[in-house]
Amino acid sequence: MSSLVLKDIHKAYGDTLVLDRVSLEVSAREFIAFLGPSGSGKSTLLRIIAGLETPDGGEVWLDGRRIDALPPGDRGVAMVFQHYALYPHMTVRENMAFGLRNAGVPRHEIDARIAQAAQVLEIEAQLEKKPGQMSGGQRQRVAIGRAIVKQPKLFLLDEPLSNLDAALRTRTRVELAQLRQRVDAALIMVTHDQAEAMTLADRMVVLNERRIQQMGTPMDIYARPANAFVARFVGSPAMTLVPATVAAGDGRFVRVRLGSGAEVMTHVPRAGLADGAPVSLGLRPEHVALAPADAATLQGDVILVERLGDRTFVYACLADGMEIIAQDVGSSAVRFGDRVGLRIDGNAAHLFEADGTGRHAEAAP
Amino acid sequence: MKLPARIEGLAFVAPFLLLYGVVLIWPLLMGIGISFHRADLFGAREWIGLGNYATALADPVVHQAIGNTLLLALLIVPPLTALALLLALALNRATRGAAVFRGIFFSSSVLSVTIVTLIWRFILTPDAGLLAVAADALGRTPLPFLSDQALVIPAIAMTTIWWSLGFPVMLFLAGLQQVPADVYEAAALDRAGRWTTFRHITLPAIRRTLLLVVMLQTAGQLQLFGQAQLLTGGGPGGGSRTIVLAIFEVAFGRWELGYATALAEILFAMILVVTLLQYWLVTRREDAG
Repeated sequence: MSSLVLKDIHKAYGDTLVLDRVSLEVSAREFIAFLGPSGSGKSTLLRIIAGLETPDGGEVWLDGRRIDALPPGDRGVAMVFQHYALYPHMTVRENMAFGLRNAGVPRHEIDARIAQAAQVLEIEAQLEKKPGQMSGGQRQRVAIGRAIVKQPKLFLLDEPLSNLDAALRTRTRVELAQLRQRVDAALIMVTHDQAEAMTLADRMVVLNERRIQQMGTPMDIYARPANAFVARFVGSPAMTLVPATVAAGDGRFVRVRLGSGAEVMTHVPRAGLADGAPVSLGLRPEHVALAPADAATLQGDVILVERLGDRTFVYACLADGMEIIAQDVGSSAVRFGDRVGLRIDGNAAHLFEADGTGRHAEAAP
Repeated sequence: MKLPARIEGLAFVAPFLLLYGVVLIWPLLMGIGISFHRADLFGAREWIGLGNYATALADPVVHQAIGNTLLLALLIVPPLTALALLLALALNRATRGAAVFRGIFFSSSVLSVTIVTLIWRFILTPDAGLLAVAADALGRTPLPFLSDQALVIPAIAMTTIWWSLGFPVMLFLAGLQQVPADVYEAAALDRAGRWTTFRHITLPAIRRTLLLVVMLQTAGQLQLFGQAQLLTGGGPGGGSRTIVLAIFEVAFGRWELGYATALAEILFAMILVVTLLQYWLVTRREDAG
């Protein structure tokens, strides 16, 4: 059953359109990530669901009830703000109780919910402290606690990890993953970090330029990006897009010719692509390997070596100035300035048409 | 090495300390000294100990002036603070209209007391003033605001509130703009209505500003002088004579400098006590809560 339904959400600030007919369905207990760069409209969409912004058009439904005309407090949603937005002069306990008191929840019930949330979030010892006396990570927990005690149908998390340092971020990521197991509600998280979105979400909604570019499971989006934007935005390091043209031929799959003259046989079905059509060849680092000159598709000069321990990313510059990223073993001996041979795994390559539309290798039989 | 660093530091603050000492501290101490003398403006001094203070305690004119001043402060500070806060809340938005009104409400503050009293004389005069015309239109007898002992203090209070409104509004606006917008959004999601939001979010957030406004206004209004001097000259029958006006009359009308400084020290002590009391009352609850 769908929990949240967005229909044709439209929003403009003056002449600036920020959301263009966005529609979306979220299942009960699903964890969704809105992923996109700054200005893609993802935060605005979240705030429209919360009731903090009014859409110019469209409908918001939650659990079968239309909520877009309701004030924020009556929608059955709870939000964790990017900067936590805790009430500075109230203790942690009062922060969590404030919304419940306003909703007329009986006192003993408030106490019970706070006690339970505090135990789950391990902030029992901090209940009488004020936010100013706490660290960033603790405040984050209080903000989550304030949302949990409301027992909402939907949690909204606005960049929940962006204010934490690296170590705390990893830990909080684990805690968020555990949180979704404990709560009987759907979660929507806004983030610009594709790693966060991929590790936490059941489904990702990639936004850019006021529209949803693609919706799907993290692996689906990683493996079959709908267009060039999604391909470059999801995955780290980003997918390399090499300009190419469709080579003449009559096989079942597309063969492309690169600027250097080298040809790559892909596993992308040929249907609908004209000979000579300009395309981009999309290559993830794991599909480009270093190879001896006689087995290489291309030659390049190494301009950067990124060592991650278990593997090494080699950034190489091709003869025509294009940059391509290859993956090598952790113990790679490659150094800056080396000339290396690159072998492209055409079977895994993606093609993007001139308008950005993605075409993908046929799944292995 | 320790001493030179200290001297270097002192050298940096010396110009300020020197000015502060010469312009503020020294006159303050001199004033206290003079208050123990029978002294005139021309340098004649005779030590009389606490004589001036004893005279002041028994002086009915001083009693009346203290009463008038406290009443004025009471009639001015609370309504002024409440009105300024209300206006600030109404003007605390980023629209063009709000910016214009901010300017209008601040404009009265830039007027000199002379202009302000002139304007209010036009309003209050019982024969042809604005209020008299309004009263006539309603078929009522115009009230003699400036010549009735019971009306003169409220009239001066009204004039002062109108004149002093701009600055507290600005202070409150500055305080309100310190409150992050997302806290209000969190409150909206927490089902807080207008009053709950004001009571539990806004008011605690601007508590310090509120204290500042009340303390500044109290200290300022206890020294009220120009409006009383220009509107009524302290009359009728001393009904609007404030402490500073009394000091002025004693010092520059009767040339009794010793007695005047003694009155000034009494006023100084009064202001100190009242504002420290306010500070203590507010911060005491902050420490407890």
